[in-house]
Amino acid sequence: MDKMPKWVDVILTPVISLLLAAAISALVILAIGESPWEALKTMVTGALGSSYGWGFTLYYTTNFIFTGLAVAVAYHAALFNIGGEGQAGLGGLGVALVCLFIPWPHWTLALLGAMLGAAAFGAAWAYIPAILQAKRGSHIVITTIMFNFIAAALLNWALVRWLRPVGSMDPASANFPPSTHLPKISDIFARFGIEWGTHTPANVTFLIALLACVAVWLLIWRTRLGYEIRAFGKSETAARYAGISPVRITVITMLISGGLAGLMAINNVMGEAERLVLNSVEGAGFIGIAVALMGRNHPVGVLLAALLFGFLYQGGGELALWTSIPRELIIVIQALVILFTGALDNMVRMPLERFFTARRLRNRA
Amino acid sequence: MDFNTILQILDSAVRLMTPLLLACLAGLYSERAGVFDIGLEGKMLMAAFTSATVAALTGNVWLGLCAGIIGSLMLSLVHGLASITFRGNQLISGVAINFLAAGLTVLLGQKIFGLGGRTPTLNPGAELEALTTPFRDWLSGIVGPDLAVTLTTMPRFTEIRLPFADALRDVPVIGPIYAELISDHSILVYVAFLCVPATWWLLNRTRFGLRLRAVGENPAAVDTAGVSVTRLRYAAVGICGVLCGLAGAYLATGLSAGFVKDMTAGRGFIALAALIFAKWRPWGALGATFLFGLLEAIANRYPNLELGPITIPSMFMNALPYILTVIILAGFVGRAIPPRAGGEPYVKER
Amino acid sequence: MNDTVTKAGGPDSAPQSIPPAIELRGISKAFGPVQANRNIDLTVQKGTIHGIIGENGAGKSTLMSILYGFYKPDSGEILIDGKPIQITDSMTAIRAGIGMVFQHFKLVRNFTVLENIILGAEDGPLLRPSLARARKRLRELAEEYELQVDPDEAIEELSVGHQQRVEILKALYRQADILILDEPTGVLTPAEADHLFRILNGLRDEGKTIILITHKLREIMEITDNVSVMRRGEMVASVRTAETTPEELAELMVGRKVLLEVDKTPAQPGKPILEVRDLRMIDIDKVERLRGISFDIRAGEIVGIAGVSGNGQTQLLEILGGFPEKGAKISGEVMMNGQPLALNGRGSDAAERRERGIGHVPEDRQDEGLIMDFPAWENVSFGYHNAPEYSNGIFMDCAAIRADAEGKFQRFDVRPPNPELAARNFSGGNQQKIVVAREVERNPDLLLIGQPTRGVDIGAIEFIHKRIVELRDAGKAVLLVSVELDEIMSLSDRVLVMFDGMIMGERDPETTTAGELGLLMAGVTDRDASGRDGITPAHRHPADHPDEPTAKPEGQA
Repeated sequence: MDKMPKWVDVILTPVISLLLAAAISALVILAIGESPWEALKTMVTGALGSSYGWGFTLYYTTNFIFTGLAVAVAYHAALFNIGGEGQAGLGGLGVALVCLFIPWPHWTLALLGAMLGAAAFGAAWAYIPAILQAKRGSHIVITTIMFNFIAAALLNWALVRWLRPVGSMDPASANFPPSTHLPKISDIFARFGIEWGTHTPANVTFLIALLACVAVWLLIWRTRLGYEIRAFGKSETAARYAGISPVRITVITMLISGGLAGLMAINNVMGEAERLVLNSVEGAGFIGIAVALMGRNHPVGVLLAALLFGFLYQGGGELALWTSIPRELIIVIQALVILFTGALDNMVRMPLERFFTARRLRNRA
Repeated sequence: MDFNTILQILDSAVRLMTPLLLACLAGLYSERAGVFDIGLEGKMLMAAFTSATVAALTGNVWLGLCAGIIGSLMLSLVHGLASITFRGNQLISGVAINFLAAGLTVLLGQKIFGLGGRTPTLNPGAELEALTTPFRDWLSGIVGPDLAVTLTTMPRFTEIRLPFADALRDVPVIGPIYAELISDHSILVYVAFLCVPATWWLLNRTRFGLRLRAVGENPAAVDTAGVSVTRLRYAAVGICGVLCGLAGAYLATGLSAGFVKDMTAGRGFIALAALIFAKWRPWGALGATFLFGLLEAIANRYPNLELGPITIPSMFMNALPYILTVIILAGFVGRAIPPRAGGEPYVKER
Repeated sequence: MNDTVTKAGGPDSAPQSIPPAIELRGISKAFGPVQANRNIDLTVQKGTIHGIIGENGAGKSTLMSILYGFYKPDSGEILIDGKPIQITDSMTAIRAGIGMVFQHFKLVRNFTVLENIILGAEDGPLLRPSLARARKRLRELAEEYELQVDPDEAIEELSVGHQQRVEILKALYRQADILILDEPTGVLTPAEADHLFRILNGLRDEGKTIILITHKLREIMEITDNVSVMRRGEMVASVRTAETTPEELAELMVGRKVLLEVDKTPAQPGKPILEVRDLRMIDIDKVERLRGISFDIRAGEIVGIAGVSGNGQTQLLEILGGFPEKGAKISGEVMMNGQPLALNGRGSDAAERRERGIGHVPEDRQDEGLIMDFPAWENVSFGYHNAPEYSNGIFMDCAAIRADAEGKFQRFDVRPPNPELAARNFSGGNQQKIVVAREVERNPDLLLIGQPTRGVDIGAIEFIHKRIVELRDAGKAVLLVSVELDEIMSLSDRVLVMFDGMIMGERDPETTTAGELGLLMAGVTDRDASGRDGITPAHRHPADHPDEPTAKPEGQA
């Protein structure tokens, strides 16, 4: 029999983990001599108290949805893709090349082209670890970590030696032409005469991220490929028994995962910076791990967790602005969320399981 | 390239490989006991921060070293709780530890020193003087003012001149090698090198080593022999913490003078790569970390290495350890087989 | 070191005043809602071999794990030599003189024999003295009990039989007076098993107490002094072996008269469905697992493959089913319905096999046949998820699969009849019914079926056997692999015996005897049986000498 009711597994466990992470974060804030309550108020006001705050929160959320989905999809195949950072970085390179070297007549076409470029580059960067795992048994966690560093070196080289405009000292590409600029959400609202989130980076990519959630849900739970991915993730021998090729599933899953991570670049590179800068991903690839863990690898969970982290990121920025708490508080919170929802999952789960098993036995008696 | 340049590069390689070697051996203990550790980076970073902080506040690098070890051990404890006691995912725990260290060091550093996450430079001077005064006053009440001054004006590890280094300097070939390459390093460099044979001996010649290796290959065999898997793995994770503490302390108080944000800069991952390169063996660890230290030294010295018509950019040199590791992992050059029970929490079964 | 001094002799010579070696009183243990042991009493006399028999899942292993400190009993009392003792961990058990040989050996594969022996029983912090002492002691033990094994060989280089000796040596090195063996013969050839029994007899004669856990009646009758029977977590009887019969024990085990006779008419074999010619397989460790297998299966017959597990049956099924071990080298020729079947590369996977009309109930349903975390209805399409009735190529037709699952559950009487439950929530028998329903209802031309009734309750066994015979009567071919000789004998129309990767011979189940099959299973063919006492060739395990076959099939020079 299942040890716990489903709602405990899906909702209560992550909520308790989250509360634990929050409690310890509060202790950390206390330890550095600030008030956790004030910090929370600053964060809520800064991130959710105005359309301006929301504009940033949704921008970050968009990033995290993509990287969270990337980790989640791979996780269903029992692959731990820790290389989202590198894949998203390469996605940025893809976007930059598409935007800089192809003359686009209209942003819609440019967006389609950039999505292809971003996904293709991200997927390509995931392909090598995938094929090495599938064919040579190299541990994908280690190879994807290595590929993050190789990606950083590659991007560094590309920006310093190749894409940097002549005469510029800044290791960044040239600005993308205006025909590739994506409409901000504030622009869309302005069309209808509503002033919302002026000067915020949230853009149409957010809608694409929402579509990606739906697409991933369909993929995992409704398609044949998703069925094969889940079966392979549960048992490789069973998958082989059922005629599912481990090599094929590993590679395809990682291509999808890398593609999703790469797609993030249409938000940060194309939508916001409108040029490729050094370290454009800013750790979003790693946050994807926290987002996927918290969201239990379900698109709805990923969406909610991405929203939470979007809030944390915008709120954290506000904290650094208005209080003496550094931005790095967010990294601590992120670490605690990963720790409690991922690594210390059993710490929360075991007492709950005991409780519910005992309760069922009592009810039966 | 003349002899002197080569010596200088090798000397620099020895310095740069030291934190890698310590961290690599740290990972070796943990992983040979079946606990994967991708949190080496975080533990080193935490140790670098705590050691530099305590060294700055007390002016005493040895207290700093202790603090470094404690800082690293705290994170080891978290990793142990997650991956041994609560049988969680060791990789995820490692990721969490890396972030925890990255965030906490800046947060606490800003709180203590208000320098944007870095510690003051660990050179005797006005800045440090002001910080260490309270501790010195307190200490002089116990050991007397003279000793207190001596004890609080050694904020970082200095280089040790080995006996006869000056006398032998002029002997051709051997002299410079001894005086430049072997002598004149901080104590932690020698400790790191001594750790290699010590580790080999411990693993292969002692009861503890036998059990440690066994628990990484088949924990059930250890358990049914009446030995606690949990205790062994905690011991291994603890040793890993101590060695990461040494590595971090060396970074902040030996190699450089003070802590700066994210100062490990991926060294924990290079150490991890070296561990794979070394096939989880101590002497291999020495070779692999030397290779990676050498690559870093060359990249530092020649940002653009010109080999005939080809110019190799420094970015490539920096990425080379990772590229080499991927090649090793791919099994094209000697297959690396990790400990059999690595990464799996031990669950008793019939 | 004086663990061989006390000579208590056989059970008959033990005077009443000597307390029993082990006494269990009222032991109970539950895992969540499952009551694995219920109020168990057991008395084991010193210097005897005591058998504990019961079906899979009867609670034997749990009971012994409690005795070895792996689990804490919920209630009850343990007495060793008449003294009550709390066994909280394996160390306490070892100190109390208990040694255990697990079904799955607890050895470190890349350590030497010597290192494995001393692990946990070292003399001091340095290894050298411990190793030297162990080497000396090992020589003594080897002479005393016929336990020869090279102390410097790595475990992974040893045959299974030798690995088991290392386990016994480990226990003796720790001065165990009580030795528990959990299903020790499951992985042994009959000859190796005989050798083991000789060792156990020797140990008993030295005054050791031995508990033998098994589900094989033959072993109980052959070697034990007393026997206790477990059924569904309870101890249902304890008797002297000399005063009971196999029939009585079997009845006690299952709780009612066993009817293993399957109701079936003589086979009407038609055209050949599967033709296998000179099939060979070398695994990734370069061990030759199949050495030139050739046989046919015709439409409308059940061909049974008998043999001790580990003699190539698994590999044969996996190759025919399209999922051989990774890195295996396979050669030979296989024809299915007259068309060749790819053995390597493209077109050799399980999906292709299913398209060619091969259904497969795998030996290991929990790790192969089912995805335990999937709901049962998703498992109903497992392996056939490409079929047009389940999927349009991109999307799965969940409604159709659910409907199909409902039907299968009804026709195969799967309980509880709720396809939404995860597969792991069904009992072994019902899980097997789900797999059998899925494979049989596809109406395959050839059904591969491995260990169809392993861990399955009696009711489900009869049901599954009936479905297999029905499939045969519908003119389909069936390849049955089972380690249960009774099942092979009653279900098959022809029996092939496998040993060491070869088919040793073919027998008609109507005319052959278990003894005759047993000899073939040990690698003895009629020709060399006469001169050599019946067991010699199997003394050497194939893994020790992968290049030279140890036995020759019938009809080969």
